[in-house]
Amino acid sequence: MSIDRAALGGDRLMSPVLRRVFGVLALLAMGALTVIGLFVAPPDEVQGDAQRLMYIHVPAAWLAYLAFGVTALASGLYLWPRTRSLVWDRVAGASAELGVIFTGLTLLLGSLWGRPVWGVWWAWDARLVTTAVLFFLYLGYLALRQVPAALDVRAKRCAIAALIAFVDVPIVHFSVTWWRTLHQQATVFNSELDAQIHGTMALALWVGVLAFTLLYVYLLDLRYRLEVLEEDREERDLEAAIADRVHGGPPRETVGVNS
Amino acid sequence: MSLVQEAALVAGKDLRIEARAKVIGQQIVPFGLIVLLLFAFALDPDRGVLQRVAPGLFWITVLLAALLGISRSFSLEADNGARDSLRMSGLDGAAIFLGKAGALAVQLLVFEALLTVGVVVLFDVRLASLPPLIMGTVAATVGIAATGTLYGVLAAGIRARETLVPVLLLPVVAPVLLGATRSWESSIDGVPGDAWPWVALLGVFAVLFVGIGMMAFDPLLEEA
Repeated sequence: MSIDRAALGGDRLMSPVLRRVFGVLALLAMGALTVIGLFVAPPDEVQGDAQRLMYIHVPAAWLAYLAFGVTALASGLYLWPRTRSLVWDRVAGASAELGVIFTGLTLLLGSLWGRPVWGVWWAWDARLVTTAVLFFLYLGYLALRQVPAALDVRAKRCAIAALIAFVDVPIVHFSVTWWRTLHQQATVFNSELDAQIHGTMALALWVGVLAFTLLYVYLLDLRYRLEVLEEDREERDLEAAIADRVHGGPPRETVGVNS
Repeated sequence: MSLVQEAALVAGKDLRIEARAKVIGQQIVPFGLIVLLLFAFALDPDRGVLQRVAPGLFWITVLLAALLGISRSFSLEADNGARDSLRMSGLDGAAIFLGKAGALAVQLLVFEALLTVGVVVLFDVRLASLPPLIMGTVAATVGIAATGTLYGVLAAGIRARETLVPVLLLPVVAPVLLGATRSWESSIDGVPGDAWPWVALLGVFAVLFVGIGMMAFDPLLEEA
């Protein structure tokens, strides 16, 4: 079985030079975020320095939503016959991985922040519960991606699973919000949102969003490239195993391509 | 043959196999009752704790049993090339989905009916208002059966499917657990009127995933 590269779509999303540009820009923005977030922005009147966690918590949450949105879009583009290409499958997988990592980071940072400010590591707030379910939804998707299968079989299976997860998110959000608001009226977040935000605080948040978005683009391309290399290696392993069999050598242990 | 007739054919096949195998009666129902006993061991049976949390325990047990049911529903197709013959039978993919999900829903409803008796007897639960309770249960069951069948075919042919299906299915049916538990709570001791919004949510979930299943089943069966 020889894989036709042209039918599989491009080897890379962007040129290595462009990727490096994104990497450097992300690094610069991260540096700026560190300076503004830690030194320029004043400590919060109520929360003190703990509030500085928000400068990475909020951008991480934004990145998680962006990543899952891209996964859903890419999965849809894969399933649509006219745009079907493994490019979209790889983008969906790479983006979902980033999404899960940054959802996990969001939960972790929120928890670290909640301990000094709320006094608890975890609260059954609607938004927290929704984010936790979101994390597990896409963790399952990543588990499905790990199952060895022919590339097009895996791509179709995963695209459908990604869209199911995406459809489920609003239902989860709606039901959880309903559940919590039926029991407790004010959620902890409301007073937060109404609070006046100091100018440099808002600046730190925006720089954070920019830095994380640049980082996302950089990592997405890197992960995409890795996926291509993984596919290549599997194909080479398979060809080597076939060659061994043909030449009468002892059968070799190899990564299964078909489950 | 119409879609409904084809679906009835597939459902009839699955239910006939299950009726002859007697796995529900001999294994899944005893499993559910044992879980109820275990809940009593784990929680305090004396201070009304069980009675208060009975709806949640009931639906957790149903989800666990559903995982077993999904696994059985697709192991039926795994042997003797049954899946290939199903694929080549000329039946519409949507009909096969409706049939298999329908059969699973019927089995779950039988299980739930027996488990309800267990909850009433063991946990001293009084079912105050039956209409929202029954409608909520049916809608939740259809939702679980539809998503379960969808993930069942998605994972069919995968060696790790026994562990993969729970990881994929449980987060997706989280709203069903929430809605079903709340509608049961309201029907048992709260205001029955509070149950109806949850019943509506369960209905929306069921309709949505029956629709997705009908669309997605054909390509998934093809690839499995």
